[in-house]
Amino acid sequence: MTTEPLAARDSAPRSAEISPTPGAHKPHAILVADGVQRTFGGVHAVDVDHLEVERGAITALIGPNGAGKTTLFNLLTGFDKPNAGTWSFEGRSLGGVSAARVAQAGMVRTFQLTKALSRMSVIENMRLGATRQSGENLFVALVPPLWRAREREITAQAEELLERFKLIDKRDEFAGSLSGGQRKLLEMARALMSKPTMVMLDEPMAGVNPALIQSLLGHIKALRDDGTTVLFVEHDMHMVRHISDWVVVMAEGRLVAEGPPDAVMNDAAVIDAYLGAHHDTDLGDDSLLTDDVAEQLEAEALREGNRR
Amino acid sequence: MDWTRILSQVAGEIVAPTTAAYALAAIGLNIHFGLTGLLNMGQAGFMLLGAYGFAIATIAGWPLWAAVLVAVATAVVFALILGIPTLKLRGDYLAIVTIAAAEIVRLIGRSTSMTAITGGNAGLAGEQYKYTFENLSPFPDGNFALGPWSYSNNLSNSWWLRIVAWVLVGLACLLVWRLMNSPWGRVLKGVREDEAAVRSLGKNVFAYKMQSLVLGGVLGAVAGILFVLPRAVQADSLGRPVTFYIWTILLLGGAAAVFGPVLGSILLWTVLMLIKTVMRDVVPASVMRPEQIEMFGWVLVGIALMLLVIFRPQGILGDKKELAINDH
Repeated sequence: MTTEPLAARDSAPRSAEISPTPGAHKPHAILVADGVQRTFGGVHAVDVDHLEVERGAITALIGPNGAGKTTLFNLLTGFDKPNAGTWSFEGRSLGGVSAARVAQAGMVRTFQLTKALSRMSVIENMRLGATRQSGENLFVALVPPLWRAREREITAQAEELLERFKLIDKRDEFAGSLSGGQRKLLEMARALMSKPTMVMLDEPMAGVNPALIQSLLGHIKALRDDGTTVLFVEHDMHMVRHISDWVVVMAEGRLVAEGPPDAVMNDAAVIDAYLGAHHDTDLGDDSLLTDDVAEQLEAEALREGNRR
Repeated sequence: MDWTRILSQVAGEIVAPTTAAYALAAIGLNIHFGLTGLLNMGQAGFMLLGAYGFAIATIAGWPLWAAVLVAVATAVVFALILGIPTLKLRGDYLAIVTIAAAEIVRLIGRSTSMTAITGGNAGLAGEQYKYTFENLSPFPDGNFALGPWSYSNNLSNSWWLRIVAWVLVGLACLLVWRLMNSPWGRVLKGVREDEAAVRSLGKNVFAYKMQSLVLGGVLGAVAGILFVLPRAVQADSLGRPVTFYIWTILLLGGAAAVFGPVLGSILLWTVLMLIKTVMRDVVPASVMRPEQIEMFGWVLVGIALMLLVIFRPQGILGDKKELAINDH
């Protein structure tokens, strides 16, 4: 871990055991945030001193429940207003900019709870994601020749994406009739309609069945290979390890560590404090059901309880 | 029972200008609710403002087109005033604010201090403002009868008004159909389904909701003009019940369907008339007086609406699938 490729931004002394460096400087940062704070009542939900996201990479944002990951997402994408802080995307300041403008700037997000537009068809969902459709203006809409050509382009692009996400069979069905996993795919495909420079995925694998996860992972990697920057929040550590180039760890609103996935996840302090000591345990393992293991876990829980 | 009289009265409701006015107001509400999901509980307020704007401008000597423009402008301003503070909030706030605002318009209109302008409680007599519209009629003076329908050509509750009213309803349907099947309509439907999702795709949700509120409100104001042309402008005739009739019409015909409001309006008023006329003949006055029959008709409409919402929530013309998926 001493061969940490990215230099620490500030020269503050680091404790030797926490090798990853929160707020590390990146050579080609696309998103740079400074002093972002959000408080709910007296609670600091987000208190990030400095964060940089590398262009063209897949960055995972992990941390325990309540770490402020989604809140940070909401702030960066304009869905929530910070108490303090600035951030820039591709050199453009986006602090206090509306969610619609953030998306127009090329940073498109998805949601933890999918927001497929249920009572619209799959293809209409996709078309809605497109940009530069002048027919979205009330007066232009009245004159179809002005927007028909663009509509054809959009439809072709949408069908191509649906093909790639294996949703083409569902083209004319209401989005509400899709399964949870398919909705996740639809939401991701819809976000790609605007050809964003950066996609922000909030728990893209949550609720997706294992058969679909593999293809979802493939899509995310393909995005990176096409030059799109990906920042995603995820709980499943196997996924994170599998596809991310860089991992940022949050806890109690702060950045506590960052680094390449293996380094961060093997860091004992990070594992214990923020992921739980048993993050690598396969919960489907039958041996977990034996009395010995149960007693051992109980004892551990008791010790942790006593420590508080 | 005199079926000829009953049926001719029922037939009269089909083409009545009031039926057209309600249809037009419901088309406006369909843009709000069916397309955008906005809960406007004050459509009658838009109608009343349109009626006042038109009548007061005409009485002041303005030509027809200018008076109509005044009505439209009033609705636009009203929509902006209602929308700016509420459209960024959750949907229910718009409902609360619109119902209150419509009441404010009505109470101000009928207040004694406004007598010089709005006629106060007595309202504005039809003769004062109908002439510009009647003078525009291409028909000769007199009456004309067609089947069960016999009306004056030009005066007040006339053929001329019927033709103009239904042409306007037709144009409004065409407008809604065009917009509904355009990218603009697609964004509105997206807003109806989930605002945050549409925002995340880079659309200015507030602007779209405002456009929807203004457009539907303008249709309401024009409906208000149609509503008062065969009668007088009287604030209480465009109170809360009118808003609820419009909602009934919209749900009956089917929200988000182009012809839903038209069918809903025709159906509501003909069925009501049928119930009233038949019951007046059948039920002796000792059991139910005519005014009680009128009320009883509304009770039946209420029951019918409940049954409709339970067993056919999409309305008569609505898309079952579009409403059946409710799990978001």
